[in-house]
Amino acid sequence: MHLGVSESMRECEYSQISTRNSTPMETPYKKRTPKRRKWESFPGRNKFYCNGRLMMAKQTGVFYLTLVLILVTCGLFFTFDCPFLALELTPVIPVIGGVLFMFVLGTLLRTSFSDPGVLPRATPDEAADLERQIDVANGSTGYRPPPRTKEVVINGQTVKLKYCFTCKIFRPPRASHCSLCDNCVERFDHHCPWVGNCVGRRNYRFFYMFILSLSFLTIFIFSFVITHIILRSHRSGFLKALKDSPASVLEVVVCFFSVWSIVGLSGFHTYLISSNQTTNEDIKGSWSSKRGKDNYNPYSHGNIFTNCCAALCGPLPPSLIDRRGFIQSGKPQLAPPPNGIPMYGATQSQQSHMVLSHVRTTCNGLETIGTFPYVSTFRNNCLLLFLADEQPELSYCAGCWPFIRSLIQLFT
Amino acid sequence: MAREFHNLQELRHNASLVTKVFVQRDYTEGTVCRFQAKFPSELDNRIERTLLEETVKTLNSYYVEAEKIGGQSYLEGCLACATAYIVFLCMETRYEKVLKKISGYIHEQNEKIYAPRGLLLTDPVERGMRVLEISVFEDRGSGSSSPSSSMSSAGSSAR
Repeated sequence: MHLGVSESMRECEYSQISTRNSTPMETPYKKRTPKRRKWESFPGRNKFYCNGRLMMAKQTGVFYLTLVLILVTCGLFFTFDCPFLALELTPVIPVIGGVLFMFVLGTLLRTSFSDPGVLPRATPDEAADLERQIDVANGSTGYRPPPRTKEVVINGQTVKLKYCFTCKIFRPPRASHCSLCDNCVERFDHHCPWVGNCVGRRNYRFFYMFILSLSFLTIFIFSFVITHIILRSHRSGFLKALKDSPASVLEVVVCFFSVWSIVGLSGFHTYLISSNQTTNEDIKGSWSSKRGKDNYNPYSHGNIFTNCCAALCGPLPPSLIDRRGFIQSGKPQLAPPPNGIPMYGATQSQQSHMVLSHVRTTCNGLETIGTFPYVSTFRNNCLLLFLADEQPELSYCAGCWPFIRSLIQLFT
Repeated sequence: MAREFHNLQELRHNASLVTKVFVQRDYTEGTVCRFQAKFPSELDNRIERTLLEETVKTLNSYYVEAEKIGGQSYLEGCLACATAYIVFLCMETRYEKVLKKISGYIHEQNEKIYAPRGLLLTDPVERGMRVLEISVFEDRGSGSSSPSSSMSSAGSSAR
């Protein structure tokens, strides 16, 4: 049978395809258009700096606040408190403070500017292929679009993989779609506005080291500023001490309020690391025993030490989005598929947006409940469009189906 | 026997892409990168099962090696942390080294096995590690007779 197969293959006479890539110089007419880098046409809501080397979320205001707070507090500490402490106690204090400060700054910048593990969106071919598979698996039912989930058994636990309508992929386990950055991120922990970026697989360890070192720095500054004031007040009285170094008051206030939140956060993340969970999973209670007796975390390595080592010292995967690569223009055209496969679900979010925009322009019955664009209710035609939790579902009563269908035909 | 090599871009004008077959990720072992060993039915008459399965198995073993958590990765992690990650300006991470090996392996597989059968593997890293894309080109034997026969003899001698 095997021989028969190879015989029929030889008869087909396939030609050898050269795997050497042609250089752009061989196509001279392309010289006119300047080569654009991939980050310039990145579909997510991110900001890029230094020609694609650094990436951040769109809202960076709070990150600058974090930076200013750290720089100002440490600056005041080194300028006003350190000279006194170096003379009175030991010069090691500013040195340790300096090392901690550099470490905090380094890890902060590394967390904020690196790719958290963004999953690139599916190419049109992949999306079409997935659509085909989903349609084949579910069959097209009447009103409701088929549910877009896949179940997989990992280490004895059943995990549901959701389909992401924006990125057009089935999300890997532990990945989640960040609505602020509009990207799917691997091992999504949370979106941190203080660092101005998502925290995911590739920058979790930097984030953890940042908050840990910041806790130490905050406690360090707090304790030594208090020491400074106490020592001064022994010499010249409390009020005079405060007048002599007014900056210390500001530092104490900032550190006092920061300590609670940052130390608490460090403790929380230490717990998460030791049990190999993400903030996302912990908040949803995915692996808590409250959900069921047999519910356990399938990703945990078993003991705390291995979990910590894996999270902090494990291999660092490279970025998947190739920000600085050049966009390849002139892709080969696909031969038309033999059976005209309708791109039904691939344009589902487009459909819902089209219906939305149609209703906005012609019908005035747009009423927003909750945070836009998560839930919108249209009074006219009892059309309800749920765009909740990245999984849009079109649901409508039977009387509206002809209207919806004509709308979709009108716009596609 | 002289081999004829066609530039891939040229060939695309002649032999149009029929379809692309995607080998999806296998998540049964967790988040580790692994591709399904299931043989896609569209390739039934284009390539032997064992060849593709062998390729996928080798790729999976490369990915396991890249993501292995052991002595070397800990050492690398600690060294990197101690030097504030500056060391990565001079040296590649182990993951990147293995990815380079993988792209060399895929290139070699394409030249030896897949290109003669009118198929082309795309490195998964170019597709965000989501899929292993196999481009299927239509056979050129349908058009010309003599050039293709000389090519087929060259192709069969290459095998």
